[in-house]
Amino acid sequence: MQFMLLFSRQGKLRLQKWYVPLSDKEKKKITRELVQTVLARKPKMCSFLEWRDLKIVYKRYASLYFCCAIEDQDNELITLEIIHRYVELLDKYFGSVCELDIIFNFEKAYFILDEFLLGGEVQETSKKNVLKAIEQADLLQEVKTHRIKYETIVFSL
Amino acid sequence: MGSSEMCRDLAGEVEKLLKTSNSYLRKKAALCAVHVIRKVPELMEMFLPATKNLLNEKNHGVLHTSVVLLTEMCERSPDMLAHFRKLVPQLVRILKNLIMSGYSPEHDVSGISDPFLQVRILRLLRILGRNDDDSSEAMNDILAQVATNTETSKNVGNAILYETVLTIMDIKSESGLRVLAINILGRFLLNNDKNIRYVALTSLLKTVQTDHNAVQRHRSTIVDCLKDLDVSIKRRAMELSFALVNGNNVRGMMKELLYFLDSCEPEFKADCASGIFLAAEKYAPSKRWHIDTIMRVLTTAGSYVRDDAVPNLIQLITNSVEMHAYTVQRLYKAILGDYSQQSLVQVASWCIGEYGDLLVSGQCEEEEPIQVTEDEVLDILESVLISNMSASVTRGYALTAIMKLSTRFTCTVNRIKKVVSIYGSSIDVELQQRAVEYNALFKKYDHMRPALLERMPVMEKVTTNGPAEIVQTNGETETAVLETKPPPSGLQPANQVTETDPGVISRFCRSAVSLFPAGIPSITAYNKNGLKIDFTFERSNTNPSVTVITIQASNSTELDMTDFVFQAAVPKTFQLQLLSPSSSVIPAFNSGTITQVIKVLNPQKQQLRMRIKLTYNHKGSAMQDLAEVNNFPPQSWQ
Repeated sequence: MQFMLLFSRQGKLRLQKWYVPLSDKEKKKITRELVQTVLARKPKMCSFLEWRDLKIVYKRYASLYFCCAIEDQDNELITLEIIHRYVELLDKYFGSVCELDIIFNFEKAYFILDEFLLGGEVQETSKKNVLKAIEQADLLQEVKTHRIKYETIVFSL
Repeated sequence: MGSSEMCRDLAGEVEKLLKTSNSYLRKKAALCAVHVIRKVPELMEMFLPATKNLLNEKNHGVLHTSVVLLTEMCERSPDMLAHFRKLVPQLVRILKNLIMSGYSPEHDVSGISDPFLQVRILRLLRILGRNDDDSSEAMNDILAQVATNTETSKNVGNAILYETVLTIMDIKSESGLRVLAINILGRFLLNNDKNIRYVALTSLLKTVQTDHNAVQRHRSTIVDCLKDLDVSIKRRAMELSFALVNGNNVRGMMKELLYFLDSCEPEFKADCASGIFLAAEKYAPSKRWHIDTIMRVLTTAGSYVRDDAVPNLIQLITNSVEMHAYTVQRLYKAILGDYSQQSLVQVASWCIGEYGDLLVSGQCEEEEPIQVTEDEVLDILESVLISNMSASVTRGYALTAIMKLSTRFTCTVNRIKKVVSIYGSSIDVELQQRAVEYNALFKKYDHMRPALLERMPVMEKVTTNGPAEIVQTNGETETAVLETKPPPSGLQPANQVTETDPGVISRFCRSAVSLFPAGIPSITAYNKNGLKIDFTFERSNTNPSVTVITIQASNSTELDMTDFVFQAAVPKTFQLQLLSPSSSVIPAFNSGTITQVIKVLNPQKQQLRMRIKLTYNHKGSAMQDLAEVNNFPPQSWQ
């Protein structure tokens, strides 16, 4: 996979993950073009389209478009499954996820994505393991904030 | 996202981490290694020892990333590929376990165990089995098993089947398996899900060349896809339909394709029209059908027809001598109602110019002849000239057509003279030039007029690209060629008094390659057992003793000729230089040729003689033949 974009029906970008090195300007240009192209598609059309020399696989969940760019030799249908798996992970973590969850907790969304995909490839095929890794990371964060709170209390005493 | 320097520095660390006991770290290390290899391929060797035990993993995450790592290594280096071939049995075993094992909640997606891993293993198997008979054989069973046992109700199952089909088509699988794969694709085509149909059409397009017959069976489904609402599906269905047209189904297919042309989006019409013309040319069952089809395309999509189709059509019409009256009548009727479609009007004007006499004499045999007077014909041509809708090129055609009619019509010559003289002061330079020249024809060269405006002879069909001609117009020589491949064979210098529409000529001048006005005729040096070798000649301008011969080898049998080697020997006084050939395979049915250039140095200007030796494989056996070529034309060595 070369990159993944999440954007709303109004064209606002909610999440972007790039697996190829590109300059900021290029990224913005690609994002703009792609968002326009995908939003212009009618609902009955198929989920794949050819764009430049890449294959674009997109799927709409409620108000969000999940859009992935894959290379020529990648399997489009399994990419649809990858998108679906990511949505399931988000759903499990946030509990009935909606666009607001992603807007307000985007760092968690990125975290989940990074535990699922690495360098453009799937790194963990088991839902349980991905969620376990996130939980562990969450715990670490909690301990840290707890520690900081404790130390500030001690300090102020 | 590391740069190549970063990768070089950290590669050692990554390699160490590949061996740690923590599976969480190992899977990440594996993908890091993939990235390192992508950025710095030379470091691939470093990871080789760590890969020894990768496939013995229990943890699916690590297993998956390891397969990705192996795939990356095998794609990049043929040595690695050979090294890892021995893993095929292990991979087959893992895949088997995945399919046979019971429900595993951790990795399950809609009843299928770890589809991501399955797909990746299939992909790795594809790379390992390519061009290797043993590996391919080891995979045959498991591929058949996956193909038949996978659930197809959900997208997941179809994703796995898709990958399986790709793998089957790419490795050296047995024919039964291939037919199975194509049948799966055929089933996909009937699926309600658009994505699946899209994927099926794309795959079929790739396989139609190699497994033509199997794909033919699904022809009706493919043709149905032409009526789909989705643009990408329609495009693929159209391309596939063109690939499937053959002598047997051409009538039925053409009907569907013409219907499609009627109703499809404008962006397809040009491609569709060109495709129809090509298919019609190759497989037309009768001349009348061919002309009818062309007419239909011109009238439905006349404005989308590509510019280069017009000269081809004109040549086609010229060559169907007995259909001239029918053609000109139909074309006349077509533009009577509507003369806005440029290509149609161009072809029609040209035909009316050539065959106007047949039109007014009411000679048509094929259908009811219509009563047309000379004035009516001139009326329509003049309207084309005057109309705002007509492009400059179209007007050129119309003016020349009017001019030609001056020798074919009897009572309206004065009217023609008047029209021509009016345009002598036209703003359009091209029209003005023509009108002035034609005026001159009337005034000073009236005695030459009939000869100059004679009926066009049947044109030599040189290549499938289109005709090439040489013309003379009022003393100016215009050389015109449509050929972009090596010089075509057999072009006789055209009759000095033959004139053809200058508009047609300007369309021909596309390529930078031009023929010498006095072309050296080419010869057929060898023609036996379906193998034909033509020689075309060129003399070097810089060195008059050098003759450059281009050989073109074509194969009219129904099987390809492979490993074709051409050798030549000449008498002692000559020197020979053989350049490398374009390929070593001559495709069947004259669908392609091998070209090779020979340079002959002939300082003593002796008569050229050559002995040739041909070796090739055909129908599974090695063939060899010796022949002497003695029919070199004098211009090639004098």
